[in-house]
Amino acid sequence: MAQPTRLGGNALLAFILGFPILAGLAGTVLPAFGYLPALGGFDVTLAHFTELARQPHILRSVLTGLAAGLLTTVATVAIVGTFVAGFAGTPVFTRIQHVVSPLLAVPHAAAAFALAFLVAPSGFLLRLISPEVTGFTRPPDWLLPNDPLALTMVAGLVTKEVPFLFLMMLAALPQLALLRARRLAAALGYGPVAGFVVCLWPALYRQIRLPVFAVLVYSVSTVDVAMILGPQLPPTLPVRVTQWAGDDDLGARFLASAGAFLQLGVVVAAMATWIALEWVGKAALARVTFSGRRFARDGALRAAGALAMTGCAATIFAGLGLLTIWSVAGLWPFPDALPGNLTPKTWMRTLPQIRHPLLTTIALALLAAAFALVFAILLLHRNGAGGGQKSAAGYRLLYLPLLVPEISFVFGLQVLMLSAGVAPNFASVLAVHFLFVLPYVLLSLSAPWRELDPRFEKIAAGFGRSTLEILFTVRLPLLFRACLTALAVGFAVSVSLYLPTLLVGSGRLATITTEAVALSSGGDRRVIGIYALVQGLLPFLAFLVASLGPQLLFRNRRAMRT
Amino acid sequence: MYRRAGQIMAAALLAFCIAGKASATDPGNWEAVVAEARGQTVYFNAWGGSENVNAYIRWAGDEMKARYGVSVVHVKLDDTAKATATVLAEKTAGKDEGGSIDLVWINGENFAAMKRAGLLYGPGWATKLPNWRYVDYETKPTVLTDFTIPTDGLESPWGGAKLVFFYDSARTKTSDLPDSATDLLKWAETYPGRFSYPQPPDFTGSSFLKQVLTELVDDRAKLQRPADDATFAADVAPLFAYLDKLTPLLWRKGKAYPQNYADMKQKLADGELDIIFAFNPAEASSAVANGELPETVRSFVFSGGTLANTHFVAIPYNASAKAGAFLLADFLLSPEAQLRKQDPKIWGDPTVLSLAKLPASDRSAFERLDLGIATLRPDELGPALDEPHPDWMTRIETEWIRRYGAAN
Repeated sequence: MAQPTRLGGNALLAFILGFPILAGLAGTVLPAFGYLPALGGFDVTLAHFTELARQPHILRSVLTGLAAGLLTTVATVAIVGTFVAGFAGTPVFTRIQHVVSPLLAVPHAAAAFALAFLVAPSGFLLRLISPEVTGFTRPPDWLLPNDPLALTMVAGLVTKEVPFLFLMMLAALPQLALLRARRLAAALGYGPVAGFVVCLWPALYRQIRLPVFAVLVYSVSTVDVAMILGPQLPPTLPVRVTQWAGDDDLGARFLASAGAFLQLGVVVAAMATWIALEWVGKAALARVTFSGRRFARDGALRAAGALAMTGCAATIFAGLGLLTIWSVAGLWPFPDALPGNLTPKTWMRTLPQIRHPLLTTIALALLAAAFALVFAILLLHRNGAGGGQKSAAGYRLLYLPLLVPEISFVFGLQVLMLSAGVAPNFASVLAVHFLFVLPYVLLSLSAPWRELDPRFEKIAAGFGRSTLEILFTVRLPLLFRACLTALAVGFAVSVSLYLPTLLVGSGRLATITTEAVALSSGGDRRVIGIYALVQGLLPFLAFLVASLGPQLLFRNRRAMRT
Repeated sequence: MYRRAGQIMAAALLAFCIAGKASATDPGNWEAVVAEARGQTVYFNAWGGSENVNAYIRWAGDEMKARYGVSVVHVKLDDTAKATATVLAEKTAGKDEGGSIDLVWINGENFAAMKRAGLLYGPGWATKLPNWRYVDYETKPTVLTDFTIPTDGLESPWGGAKLVFFYDSARTKTSDLPDSATDLLKWAETYPGRFSYPQPPDFTGSSFLKQVLTELVDDRAKLQRPADDATFAADVAPLFAYLDKLTPLLWRKGKAYPQNYADMKQKLADGELDIIFAFNPAEASSAVANGELPETVRSFVFSGGTLANTHFVAIPYNASAKAGAFLLADFLLSPEAQLRKQDPKIWGDPTVLSLAKLPASDRSAFERLDLGIATLRPDELGPALDEPHPDWMTRIETEWIRRYGAAN
């Protein structure tokens, strides 16, 4: 019997990820060119772009965001690259890896709040040394955070993007001949960093290139981090687009769409700049390689890399500790280093209200991550373990939702779902969460999936087992830990989604994150502290389960507890 | 262009509502409304940034469930304009029935925008609510005109608001306090870096600009009409001359601004700001009670008057549970709910009811309320200044961003 033509995994992926994004983009692009019938926009016009160009200081908003995004990406790649080059394969590496990994679970907004509480003139660091060292009895009038060059924002973004890129590099490392290359480079007299860069960096970078672009797009387009830490006069373009989208004057919606379209252009410009930087880097690397210079004494550079890595972790952990103290603080005036009295009042008041959004958050995150995992397994299975060139093209599609700025398509998506008669309910929000969660789940599962030694399956096939039997009895049990990790990653992504949850759910579905952002507009640090803690604790628990799960399930099979 | 289309659509919609099943949800027939509402779920979209307010809405929801069998779901917004955006998206998608919002907490700008785009149900339902008979529309004209725009019974009043300033009496001398916008500028010259206002278009920040404009404009009657293109620049010249002088004296020299009222409150507690303000006279008392501000915080107003207005609830044109929304709007107007709302231990928001119209027992309950240590008594709140037409606010915000939007 002839096999029916299989729908290729890539085509399926393209449809599931591509269709909603393209449709959402259409819902943004059409109003940008004047088409939005509900507001009387029937004519195609460039007037809204003219209006956009006339917005005061628009060029500066564009350039600040673009520069901050590029700087963040350069710094992130430099920090993670230096650290990996200097330490991959050493015990220090493993130790720092354990400190940095949990940071992936902390939502961007929570990390930004944490940093702001630390460095502000009325923040913890100054309280700690005031008035004894500084003589300040009142906070000094320093412009920090929200500095005009967006350096605090870059610092905030870097602390959050470093763990992401680091984990992406970790996934790619096993495919490099690390130890052999290290020995060879050392024998030739190279320092660890230079040896790694010359021998292994090009191969490593090829694998992490798309995650680097994801970092770039996120940094250029961020809204929540920019609102907390970024410059305010003027704010970056994505923040302004969000403001226009929420303007009382509904006519500003055309302007917002034009701005969202411009943001798409900014992202493209950022990518083009990055590609140019890649060429420069490539040429520089070639020069260094051919120059034969060994850079043997790189102790300071390696120390700087390790320091920067641990610094990111220390900042966020200290900030989270501070949020914890704020959540139980009574009155806490400057320059007291600690609150005068502690009270559980805020927790007592907040906990009963947290229950319902908490259940919604967990249900959404668990289901979205589980569906994404099942779908990812199906897709990887269809593509075959080898993957090869064809599936590599497919994996690039995964980055589609990460490479299109959220703000450029979520409003359009909302209009689309309503037009299709989809009610704003749990199921439709779940569908959108799935869309955002799937890429991350697939990304974190695909590397271990490709790595698994194909000989296990060949042996099983030799015993006459069917493909499905092999999948369930050999591959999945061997990849159990990887599956759990992918599930935890998906869980974390779902927990942190704000704009899609709010817009597609019409605000009816309250999650911890939507509540946290709504409350942050009220500015009470105590309540912000509680929500940020719960928001960060959830994914942390998911990762804990992922790391303990295999130990419990396979407690009598030592070899599978990896 | 779109404004006119919006008006036409609104008119068409109105005709549809009158011709359609309007009788079934007519607040004039209250028994039918109560019967129809039973079992409905009302999605109440309201700002969710304050635990006091959230707790109050939760209480109202519990009462509605117990008394009328109506479930109330508080959809917590960080900005009311999100609700406007949702209704707009539904209209874009042609969803003219079964909309996702049943009742929305609204202020003058949102109201003007939604009214103009035909996104509101009505008109006339609000004045037919049974508890409308207690509303003080004689001495509180802002109950009938929201920022000069006639409410036309499209929205039901919920609470009063008045601009009030706060300071920490432990740090700031009471004798130094400014008594007008001009005085405030002199105060800032003496104490640079200790005053600021939320960055427009934040509602409280824009209100500060309107306060200064109202005090300095040559003819206040102009502000009750849309701004005139021909004279706008001259009309606002005193305001911007004032701001040009004030800006370098502001906190962070005007290179950054607090984000909203709550942010200012935190900055007063941190010692970064010395004078802040809010649109609710009881905010400071409730913040003291919550341990957010020290007990030495007190209030003051300008003797020449400060802005006053009313906030409302409205029903989107495509609301699903209109009967339930009528019932909730009416309950929020009841003497019982209004008394609870004015209690600073619960919320502290001034009532829209006329004490003279209330039954004696309700009246004395209002009179017995302890308004808190940092709250001025109603007779100490000073004269009320009218809100300018929303058109002024929009234009001033645009001009503000042009002038001060890139201070860095």
